Amino acid sequence: MITAMFAQVGVPVDAPLVLPEVAWSALAPLLILIVGALGVLVITALSPRSLPVGFFTITTVAIASGAAVVAVSAWDRVTDPTRGPYTAIAGAVTVDGFSVLVTALLGAIVVLVALLADGHLRREGLSAAEFSVLVLLSASGGVMMALANDLIVMFLGLEVLSIALYVLAGYQVNSVKSQESAMKYFLLGAFASAFLLYGIALVYGGTGTTNLGEIGGFLSRNVPGERGLMLGGMVMLIVGLGFKVGVVPFQSWVPDVYQGAPTPVTAFMASGVKVAGFAALLRVIVSAFEVQAQDWRPVMWVLAILTLLVGPAMAIVQSDVKRMLAYSSVSHAGFILIGVQAASDQGTAGSLFYLFAYSFMALGAFGVVSLIVRQGETGADIGQFRGLSKRRPVLALAFAIFLLAQTGVPLTSGFMAKFSVIGAAVSSESYALAMVAMLTSVVGAFAYLRVVMAMYVGSTDENTVDAQLTRVQIPASAGLALGLALLVTIGIGILPSAALDAARDAVPVLISPTR
Amino acid sequence: MSARFLLREGGLVNMLGGLSVLSLVGTQTSGSATSALGFPLLTGLVVIPAIGALLVAMTSAKRGDFARLIGLLTSVSVGALSIYLLTQFVTSDAGFQFTTQQVWVEQFGISWHLGVDGISLFMVVLTGLLFPLVLVGVTPHHDPKPYTAWMLLLEAGCMGVFLSLDLFLFFVAFEIVLVPMYFLISGWGSSEREYAALKFFLFTMAGSALMLVGILTLAFLHQQATGVLTFDLVEIAEAQSVAESTGRWLFLAFALAFAVKVPIFPLHTWLPDAHTQAPTGASVILAGVMLKLGTYGLLRFGLYLFPEAASYFAPLLVTLGVIGIIYGAIVAAMQRDLKRLVAYSSVAHLGFIVLGTFAFTSQGLEGGILQMVNHGISTGALFLLVGMIYERRHTREISELHGLQKAAPILAVVFTVVMFSSIGLPGLNGFVGEFLILIGSFVTRRWWAVVAASGVILAALYLLWAYQRVFHGEPEGENATMPDLTWREGFVLAPLLVAIVGLGVYPKPMLDRIEPAVERLIDHVDDNSDFNRAPAGSVKPVKVDQHGGGARHENLGGLGR
Repeated sequence: MITAMFAQVGVPVDAPLVLPEVAWSALAPLLILIVGALGVLVITALSPRSLPVGFFTITTVAIASGAAVVAVSAWDRVTDPTRGPYTAIAGAVTVDGFSVLVTALLGAIVVLVALLADGHLRREGLSAAEFSVLVLLSASGGVMMALANDLIVMFLGLEVLSIALYVLAGYQVNSVKSQESAMKYFLLGAFASAFLLYGIALVYGGTGTTNLGEIGGFLSRNVPGERGLMLGGMVMLIVGLGFKVGVVPFQSWVPDVYQGAPTPVTAFMASGVKVAGFAALLRVIVSAFEVQAQDWRPVMWVLAILTLLVGPAMAIVQSDVKRMLAYSSVSHAGFILIGVQAASDQGTAGSLFYLFAYSFMALGAFGVVSLIVRQGETGADIGQFRGLSKRRPVLALAFAIFLLAQTGVPLTSGFMAKFSVIGAAVSSESYALAMVAMLTSVVGAFAYLRVVMAMYVGSTDENTVDAQLTRVQIPASAGLALGLALLVTIGIGILPSAALDAARDAVPVLISPTR
Repeated sequence: MSARFLLREGGLVNMLGGLSVLSLVGTQTSGSATSALGFPLLTGLVVIPAIGALLVAMTSAKRGDFARLIGLLTSVSVGALSIYLLTQFVTSDAGFQFTTQQVWVEQFGISWHLGVDGISLFMVVLTGLLFPLVLVGVTPHHDPKPYTAWMLLLEAGCMGVFLSLDLFLFFVAFEIVLVPMYFLISGWGSSEREYAALKFFLFTMAGSALMLVGILTLAFLHQQATGVLTFDLVEIAEAQSVAESTGRWLFLAFALAFAVKVPIFPLHTWLPDAHTQAPTGASVILAGVMLKLGTYGLLRFGLYLFPEAASYFAPLLVTLGVIGIIYGAIVAAMQRDLKRLVAYSSVAHLGFIVLGTFAFTSQGLEGGILQMVNHGISTGALFLLVGMIYERRHTREISELHGLQKAAPILAVVFTVVMFSSIGLPGLNGFVGEFLILIGSFVTRRWWAVVAASGVILAALYLLWAYQRVFHGEPEGENATMPDLTWREGFVLAPLLVAIVGLGVYPKPMLDRIEPAVERLIDHVDDNSDFNRAPAGSVKPVKVDQHGGGARHENLGGLGR
């Protein structure tokens, strides 16, 4: 049977199986994450006593930052014009500025998520070992997606990322909502994966390869005979990835899953999963299917408009802050799509910058929510935030800054992010999209300001007596995470040059292994 | 000095002025930027309040007096710097002075580019002087520390708007002022403050949303034409590289943002709510400084960047301005709340400024700029006075106030002077501005000016009527025992009264400084508003015909009759 298959694809049956050379250095960050996760698993299993939460937090932070540092160490090599980016493992992965930046970003996200989760896991009395392992594995999936130069590798990464997350969404074992969230995420996620896989199959049928570099090369050389097959595959890829990043009309899972999942997990979904999903979208659609831009740009345009309209419109009617932030993350996906839709290096850089900025805003905002909610993950209602400025002025100010950054107020990273993607849209003459985006951001502002208003104007005395009773505790680790997120949010809001440079140098490079 | 003569006076000088400005731009820092103080003066005007705000934020919340002291010292030093700027300003120079330029975001060609000319000079001085007065004169009812911090941040933002010569920097400053004002209204306002603050924020943000698209479009079109990506106002404005129809769309995107801020009828509906609900200090700044961000923006960005589009849309804007004058006056007359009355009077006054700006004559523009300052002084003072009455009587209902003249004669006298300044009584500052606007607009838009002039009468009507009801008669009850001005209140109002009388009697020094920049702006509009018809660089003959504005009408493409 196998022999027959080999014969079919033209591989000589008797030939010795040639294994590609494995460039370990290219995979180092990925390996650190996976081996680290497995190491944590082994240590937990072998340890006679149950280890403290702090151990897992520190280990996770160390592993994730190690992966990020190792990834960044390749930066000089890949951005050096003489050496440049390279592929490894028979062209299955690409190490370029893009993969380095996304890996580093994912590492930073995991660090902050681990710090945020520390207090949460203690409060809820949940096991920290599995949490640590699952977050690290999920991040390794994201890194795989960033590295992928082959649709199969990309799919592999997506599944590793998602399956770990399905479990994480239901991590709050005592909460029905969390269970529901996990179930919903799993069912719809599996459905989306099927779309993606089918899309990969169709693209393979249309182009004869799953390698991104070869797809790009093929499309630029020929007009495919099976054009319908290839286009159908491309649309399926957009659907599958659009689901992962929560783009309208594939967003229906977002509010329920975000609301039900434990808040640190939600923070990871809003930041890490978006980064990985958009990384795949940028690599596959914008980079590999660059030649077909006139086909997918209208699709992206429609998706972006829908996302920009639906996200804020739904956000303003929510009374639960976590749910409101979920819809706001939908609207941010719309903004990132603007950069994708531009189909230019400037647009890709804009999207990357936006992802970078939004990750920290989202981590900060969900981080604050994770401190406000009481045990059992209840009470992210807006009433819970009333009068927070009196009880916890610094926390309230931090939350206000994260929300204003999401509004796009200048001198925060959110403004620079909007500026970059709108700039990309304008320079590729998508004026209508730019205008819709700016106007819907005003609608979104209402949702954010309502929370700010509650914190600053609302008094605690009426109808939220218990809010005053349960004084908000800020664990040191969460404080550190929020401080870091705040630093990035304001830092790249005021001095964005370095981040803009990095985003510009990190535009994905398409390398065909057989050139 | 006739209107006709003023019209074309100094055409050649201004061209030279324009050239000298061009040569200044591009150098990192022009000679006068660092001034005798040894540091960039304009940067100081923006940065010092911001640093002050940070310092205040770091003080202990329990030591409100300490926060107020820092706030006062900061704002007074900024005020002193702005006065120093006034003394060092070269009167005859039409271009930007004290310019300073530092690269900020290299990738987008964004720079920290500040400069001051005759148009922005007095806005800066007004901002510099009004803030310390407000910080001294108005004590917040609670939480003085965040109040002071927001106030200082607001000052930094306002200074940034008036001084920036970079579109990005300008937009940042223009948007950032929303945040402190939002917190000031929502934190220290009256009963409907949540609604008012939200409405203020969303209205203004919606207005400026499209301006950002406009700024980016302008910058990229400029890049396509010249190959340089820059957000520098002077470079883009002098290059005029945008096609006529595109320029008109872009002008609309800019004008919408400014029209909301001014506010121009029918986009004014946020103003009465915000002004009425805001605490006294914020009302003064809102009326005195922040409304000017809109009118200043129309001048600095609308006219300078899009001269052709500005002249194309001038009839619309002038009409809306005149509607604002009449509408604001009529609605003001109907108000039962004294503060709301003053708020609506702002709509009318700013209508005058818009009329003057889009009359495209030097008198109209000069009058408009003068009126911006005048309105800042007189309406600022009116809001202070209304706030003082409210502190004493805890009501602003006109019907509940009666005979205050007997109880508080000094307050009544001050109110009278300020009120007459607002009405535009000759000898006081309001007259000079309104007179210049009416002269300037009469030349090019006669019937608009005629209707606008009736607005002056309406202003007299609603203010005198309100004065009569509030101050005249025999006081009873609490009205009879209302205490008069305190020394501190008098000390705050005195500089405003001096300015009201001083500018009314002898406005020449101010006009001398405004005029060169205005002439240069008018020449810029003239040279570029019909660039389709005249080959670039041709010098049009200086011609004054018997009918005054005839030559100008042709230059503006036959608009305005």
